[in-house]
Amino acid sequence: MDQFTLNLIVVGITFAIYVGIAIWARAGSTAEFYAAGQGVHPVLNGMATGADWMSAASFISMAGIIALAPAGGYTQSAFLMGWTGGYVLLALLLAPYLRKFGKFTVPEFIGDRFYSGGARLLGVICLIVISLTYVIGQMRGVGVTFSRFLEVSTDMGLYIGAAIVFAYAVFGGMKGITYTQVAQYVVLIIAYTIPAIFISLALTGSFLPQMGLIGDYAPAAGDQAFLAKLDAVVTELGFTAYTADTTNMLNMFLFTMSLMIGTAGLPHVIIRFFTVPKVADARSSAGWSLVFIALLYTVAPAVGSMARLNFTTTMWPAAVSGNALDGEAVSLEAIQNDPKLNWVKTWEQTGLLVLKDLNGDGHIQYFNDGKLAAENKAVETATKALTDAKAANADAARIAELEAALLAAEDARKAKGGEVTVGGQTLTERGWIASEVVKIDNDIMVLANPEIAALPGWVIALVAAGALAAALSTAAGLLLAISSAISHDLIKGSINPNISEKGELLAARISMTFAIVVATWLGLNPPGFAAQVVALAFGLAAATIFPVLMMGIFSKRVNKEGAIMGMLVGLIFTSVYIFLYKGWFFIPGTEVYADVPANYFFGISPLSIGTVGAVLNFVVAFAVSAVTKAPPREVVDLIESIRIPRGAGKATAH
Amino acid sequence: MVDRTGHVTSDRTTSNAYWSANVRIILISLAVWFACSFGLGILLRPALSGIMVGGADLGFWFAQQGSIYVFLVLIFVYALLMNRLDRQYGVDE
Repeated sequence: MDQFTLNLIVVGITFAIYVGIAIWARAGSTAEFYAAGQGVHPVLNGMATGADWMSAASFISMAGIIALAPAGGYTQSAFLMGWTGGYVLLALLLAPYLRKFGKFTVPEFIGDRFYSGGARLLGVICLIVISLTYVIGQMRGVGVTFSRFLEVSTDMGLYIGAAIVFAYAVFGGMKGITYTQVAQYVVLIIAYTIPAIFISLALTGSFLPQMGLIGDYAPAAGDQAFLAKLDAVVTELGFTAYTADTTNMLNMFLFTMSLMIGTAGLPHVIIRFFTVPKVADARSSAGWSLVFIALLYTVAPAVGSMARLNFTTTMWPAAVSGNALDGEAVSLEAIQNDPKLNWVKTWEQTGLLVLKDLNGDGHIQYFNDGKLAAENKAVETATKALTDAKAANADAARIAELEAALLAAEDARKAKGGEVTVGGQTLTERGWIASEVVKIDNDIMVLANPEIAALPGWVIALVAAGALAAALSTAAGLLLAISSAISHDLIKGSINPNISEKGELLAARISMTFAIVVATWLGLNPPGFAAQVVALAFGLAAATIFPVLMMGIFSKRVNKEGAIMGMLVGLIFTSVYIFLYKGWFFIPGTEVYADVPANYFFGISPLSIGTVGAVLNFVVAFAVSAVTKAPPREVVDLIESIRIPRGAGKATAH
Repeated sequence: MVDRTGHVTSDRTTSNAYWSANVRIILISLAVWFACSFGLGILLRPALSGIMVGGADLGFWFAQQGSIYVFLVLIFVYALLMNRLDRQYGVDE
């Protein structure tokens, strides 16, 4: 059976399971649609939260982002600590109290606690901006995964994915989504760990990738630690060591903190804790969520670093047992004919890996040519101009002119080669021009693993199903957060408060359909800034939602005026700082400063600014509250009530 | 829909004592949360570079593995302590 048929069968089976669950878990009331009837077992809710949380980015990209980071893998630890540490904040500071509050949406709590329709509306706006920016990436992830594994176009893949989400989200609401996510979690974690275990066994002899990461490098027969081997190989080729220290501790600190409080402030994560029966369950369910998330997050750095070493030793076969530069680089002939290197060919076809024998010696030299970045860029631009001119049938004089420009750019790069050294010799002395691995995409570090480890075809099919499960489950959770904000906070909360239970359920389904259509449209026409807006989602969650919820629970003094001013300051400060470097509303060319560390205030990158926004939110909210009227008696009673677990309300059986 | 927010405990002194015990547990837990990630994983890494956990230095291990394990244990211990506290003050469900 060929790989395509196998992919189709495995993905088909998982989709049939999801739709089957959707039919079984049809929502019959708004309580079931918004909060799965508040009857989900904490362990199952933990699994569902895991799937909800771990997106296409966590599954496909994170290992590569860590492993291939130019500043070294350690500096990217912020993702690992940030995206897990947020659950501690959720368990300690938010989840139990919001569950006791016992309603369905985050803006609803803000509106009730700060006795203000304006505060609730501000909450809805923040929620929709955060969730919509997030969902674009998920819809893209679905489309890209489909096109990579199932030979359909990205757009077609997106339609199929949207149809599946429609099937279980519109009919099942939170109930359908929750039980589907449990199944999706199982698929994605198996798909992630199986290749990791085999790669760890091969490289370190350790069955557990977590132990392999700190274990010995197997081919060195116990003489060298795996991390020491990785550091030695990559530094020999001019890259920064994987374990190298950060050069900007303040920024790493703030980035980690932004991801942590951003995680705790993401509405689609918070509403997951409304589904459990009791306050005590909300606490333990945060723990179970982290158990299931940690299964992937502790494996990710091992997967990334091991794939990086595998890739490097493939390019430099001598590095398996000694120094990379003692032997020849991998030859084009080996890539063509050696069955063990089939995966290199496969991934070259997808364009995620681009190899080019620049010096024509029949070998592919892979090294850090970061110092040639400007020269490489110039050659690339000149090549593109020439290709475009030829395609447009430009006249001979113009083509000759562009050819001369390309030659000049290439000569400039060659000249610079005299100043760049690898292993003590300049590129000119070695006869090298630039790194002949022209492009290596982060995603390869996960996607190519089953083939690198020579695992059977069904594992590759499972990775496809796992990537789809990760993207679909996160998309569904986000869509539910958006649709409940529309139907519950906007329609029932302000437009038509007298809407019947049946009417609201219908409104919720229509809002969900609307949200899916908008998300699909955005996925088909992604703004060019899809990757950058994730910074905005985390920054805003950190600077608006987290502080307002925390103050709402832990302070009896913070009032309507304080909360609204705090949220506004957090919102405006954080978005303006991000826009300064990424362009106003992300429109290219409107950046005030270039997005490079030298330009950052106190070295704080736009990714890390959410922490500062959150601090400002707290300070402003307390200051404004201190000079305005204290909250009314019934609000103080509400705060006292949510602080005490007893009386959280009966769970509905289902 | 049932309104689940109306319940207020009648005994305000007990309720205040419960809340301060709760806040104390939260503060201690947050100290552990901060120490393992920001402390050992980031700020103290250079100072602790000589201590190894297998093939990794202590700070690196805490940043990429250890802090996640500590977070896990921390949440469950917190949940356990809070359940006990709830029973002690008679506010459990």
